[in-house]
Amino acid sequence: MPTQIDREGVRRLLDAGAQLVEVLPSSEYAEDHLPGAVNIPLREIDRRAGAELHRDRPIIVYCWDAA
Amino acid sequence: MSPRAAWRLESLGFAEVHYYVAGKLDWMAAGLPTEGTNARLSRAGDVARRDVPICGLKERLGAVKDRVDGEGWDAAVVVNDERVVLGLLRAKELAGDPELTIEQAMRPGPSTFRPFVAIAEMARFFVDHDLASSPVTTSDGRLVGLLLRRDVVGESPPE
Repeated sequence: MPTQIDREGVRRLLDAGAQLVEVLPSSEYAEDHLPGAVNIPLREIDRRAGAELHRDRPIIVYCWDAA
Repeated sequence: MSPRAAWRLESLGFAEVHYYVAGKLDWMAAGLPTEGTNARLSRAGDVARRDVPICGLKERLGAVKDRVDGEGWDAAVVVNDERVVLGLLRAKELAGDPELTIEQAMRPGPSTFRPFVAIAEMARFFVDHDLASSPVTTSDGRLVGLLLRRDVVGESPPE
């Protein structure tokens, strides 16, 4: 089951080798994204996730805020 | 959006998926670094004066004014032990009765800005609202520094 994490959780998981994925449109990713994040917009997850994300590492997804 | 993405990834067979629900807004509001085209822009957190004098609620205005004057300032930010901003002392408040406590003299609940706001945006706001200064805080209210009008308007290129 996916788990909700906060900012400290993000840092802890990144230190442990997690992959960081911004799911906003590419234009928003281009302006600002968390260091080291890759961009897979929500609508492209089905098509791209299998090829671009490692299955043996934790994944953190984020967007702009809780909306 | 991030919970939906997380659940979709899980359904695609990814075993360990987390979602950072507070997201990019929370990260940037904490003053943490980002990458991208906007990362090169000057922002409120870059320009804010981090050496602004601070004081506590129970201090006397006279003592604080002496300290502020001695440091060459005409403003101070009122914070608690956690550096959470509670008020602001501008020149007008600092000129009050020196026997007042800061709690009595301060301007409570000043408007604050987050560190990621672009300086060009800040400059427009300062001019439109005729502001002299404004604290910059993290999303949990902790002081980053004080933005001064001369820094903000001077830093922003003319439109």
